[in-house]
Amino acid sequence: MQELDYEELSREELKLQIQELEFAVIELNLFLDTHPTNQKALMDYNMFSIELNKTKNVYQKKYGPLTNFGYALSSYPWKWVESPWPWEE
Amino acid sequence: MWIYEKKLEYPVKINTCNPALAEMILEQFGGADGELAAGIRYLTQRFVMPTKEAIAILTDIGTEELAHWEIIATIVWKLVKDAPVEKIKGTPFEAHFAAHGRSPFPHDAAGYAWTAAFIQSKDDPIANLYEDMAAEQKARATYEYLIQLSDDPGVTDALSFLREREVVHFQRFGEALMGVEEFRETKKYH
Ligand SMILES: [Fe+2]
Repeated sequence: MQELDYEELSREELKLQIQELEFAVIELNLFLDTHPTNQKALMDYNMFSIELNKTKNVYQKKYGPLTNFGYALSSYPWKWVESPWPWEE
Repeated sequence: MWIYEKKLEYPVKINTCNPALAEMILEQFGGADGELAAGIRYLTQRFVMPTKEAIAILTDIGTEELAHWEIIATIVWKLVKDAPVEKIKGTPFEAHFAAHGRSPFPHDAAGYAWTAAFIQSKDDPIANLYEDMAAEQKARATYEYLIQLSDDPGVTDALSFLREREVVHFQRFGEALMGVEEFRETKKYH
């Protein structure tokens, strides 16, 4: 996988990066559900998950939480209500 | 428990106003083979599955379908949000407007409201998984009709992504079905 400096990316680029990594993770997740002993898929799943978490952390620090219910911290004031909703972008 | 993520699974880039196309795409928002029906069907059927793999795949595909439901609503919303009433009058979206304004509502392209009668769940994992595989094929076919109707590249792009997902879901349900059938055989003879 190419080394990307996530800090350098724009909000749109970073979101696309998250969508791409998350797509890989979803696809591998579904595959592993019916092939739980496939080691190659499992390694890929873990590798992409680590990368996905990195991008999400950078995104959330800059642009606010992607998830609520305790999965991401918020600075003041409560950031969850601030950033645009998916259909507003 | 479900956790919401404040982003779409796949980007939706639309800058046009097209109420007629929006009405057709509502087929996948509230139609018999649409994303809502898929999500509710799979999440409902989980409880009677005999294998861990089948429970997991129904949970995860059911969850992904809800993300697809949000993509569909976003497409519909973007196609109508700035539509003046004059551009709605005389289009197939006019009847929707009379009842809901520009808000999305789960009905099919012909206006028939979503109902649980669209789906089934039985205490019979084989029957359920065959239904699920058929549902994925019907959703794929519907996306192909919608792609033929679409004259908007942004809409076509998102629909093509969703069509691909139905193909993958069909594959995974087929594997889950094989697992359930093997499980039944071992129970019978051992
Ligand atoms: Fe599906």
